[in-house]
Amino acid sequence: MAENVFIALQNNPDAQPIIEAIVDDNPGAVVNDSPGMVKIDCPKRLVIKRVTVEEKIGGEFNLQDIHLTLISLSGNIEEDDDEFVLHWNF
Amino acid sequence: MAEKPKRLNLNQKYQLMTRGLDWETTYQSMDEVFPYDRYEGIKIKDWDKWQDPFRLTMDAYWKYQAEKERKLYAILDSVAQNNSQLNISDGRYMNAVKIWMQGVTPLEYAAFRGFAMLGRGFRGAGARVACQFQSIDEMRHYQTQVHAFSHYNKYFNGFNQYSRIRDRAWYLSIPKSYFEDAVSAGPFELITAISFSFEYVLTNLLFMPFVSGAAYNGDMATTTFGFSAQSDESRHMTLGLEIIKFMLEQHEDNLPIVQEWLDKWFWRGYRLLGLVGTMMDYMLPKKVMSWRQAWEIYWEDNGMALFNDLARYGLRPPKHHEAATKEKYRITHEFWSTIYQFSHATALYTWIPTTEELDWLSAEYGELFDTVYRPRYEYWQELHEKGERFFQKRLPVVCNVCQIPIFHTMPDDPLMNCCLVSEYKGTKHQMCSQGCLDIFNREPEKYCQAYIPPQQIYQGNCGGASLEDYRKWLHIKDEETGEYYGSEDHVMWEQWQAQAAKPTGVAPAS
Ligand SMILES: [Fe+2]
Ligand SMILES: [Fe+2]
Ligand SMILES: [Zn+2]
Repeated sequence: MAENVFIALQNNPDAQPIIEAIVDDNPGAVVNDSPGMVKIDCPKRLVIKRVTVEEKIGGEFNLQDIHLTLISLSGNIEEDDDEFVLHWNF
Repeated sequence: MAEKPKRLNLNQKYQLMTRGLDWETTYQSMDEVFPYDRYEGIKIKDWDKWQDPFRLTMDAYWKYQAEKERKLYAILDSVAQNNSQLNISDGRYMNAVKIWMQGVTPLEYAAFRGFAMLGRGFRGAGARVACQFQSIDEMRHYQTQVHAFSHYNKYFNGFNQYSRIRDRAWYLSIPKSYFEDAVSAGPFELITAISFSFEYVLTNLLFMPFVSGAAYNGDMATTTFGFSAQSDESRHMTLGLEIIKFMLEQHEDNLPIVQEWLDKWFWRGYRLLGLVGTMMDYMLPKKVMSWRQAWEIYWEDNGMALFNDLARYGLRPPKHHEAATKEKYRITHEFWSTIYQFSHATALYTWIPTTEELDWLSAEYGELFDTVYRPRYEYWQELHEKGERFFQKRLPVVCNVCQIPIFHTMPDDPLMNCCLVSEYKGTKHQMCSQGCLDIFNREPEKYCQAYIPPQQIYQGNCGGASLEDYRKWLHIKDEETGEYYGSEDHVMWEQWQAQAAKPTGVAPAS
């Protein structure tokens, strides 16, 4: 059954720490590279954790800054100051 | 000493800045002030249940949009300064960009208008704010696209008449009628059509594999505005999903209405995207992914996951999606064959794919391609080599709903043309598919009034009844139409290649 959520980000230096954080925090994540963009699929749920991104960049990160590199996504969104979550409820 | 004020968290900030901004009107009743958000039958009990999951507030919106624009325009300036038109993969590629400019860019403007209407039309302030953001976004998309393409317009044909031919060219009524259908519906249907069916379910196919293809084909300008626009699109898609969930959670009577809209707008959107699939399969000299594969990823996998999620509300996947999936092996070949035969009546060039490209299509599409489409292309190629490039002598019959030429075939028989007829008030109306026929029959009074360009042209209402008169009325010159090989674009491209090959670089003539 189709059950992936996904997020797609521009393939640029700003997105790198976010991509790395997603891979660390989501064991089921599959990274698909395409020219200019990276699409990450994950079954049912994908989380971006602020602290993990901050570890990667060695500084502060505001989760809303993903709007600058975001290309597309699929899934219900849950966002607060610490986590950005995409999930399906079935 | 004053204590440092605590920063609000995201949720508190959103609540503070999006609630309590409006009021119950007293000079006029709320129904007078918001006259359009009830007649469709959608029942809303509590508009405050509306939530933007991004919790985007006006101040954050402006901050991010300004940043996106700064990045975008820095790149657009560099595209112009560095003669980036020389870096594209092949001169043929630019025809995909022409389709974008002629067909998609005006939709951005139409979306700006539509969402401005919604930003006024809903009585819930949260939904109004989200629609106002989107309206401004769509204006930005329109402007940045015109700006980006203005550089290509200095060199290539097919761009300069974009706003005139948007209204006049027969083939551009395909995208145009789509949006006009949506904006002439009520506000809930409009937002379901655009934000959900088009943006959530389908535009990933335009903005992801196609724009990634633009990157692969060396088109920095399209890549940059494409991804920049799509970053807004994520917000629009989210708005689309939220409005669907909101309507379904507010009242059980909303389900059958929403389901009918999804059925209609899935099919309308799918038909329109056949054009994007054709751009991917035929107009990107360097391939990223075929339409078939993109359909499997973005519809069969991602789209179905979405509908699995929505099943808890009683919603089922849109009608005829199985037919769309059956068509994935042929839709782009049928489309390209049609544009190929009619490009003398468009501001586009077409061509027969190279042998290598035909091999790629064979590998992606298998037996059906090898038995049906490839022999046709090889036959046309032979004709062309004999100096008898094949063009149709007259304009096609187009579907009364999607306005695409009736070239589609039966879902289970790729060799049988599909043309379905509905008779309404003594007039016969032709449709391309069961999907379009259902749409017509549900609202015949709307679609019997559709402006069908080939019919208008032959009635002499478009500058005269001959193709020549019609082209004059479009302000399109012969040299801008028809076959790519030997065209002005092709000759210029070959000159650039020859210059680039010279050891002493000579600046290319513009
Ligand atoms: Fe847009
Ligand atoms: Fe949009
Ligand atoms: Zn149709």
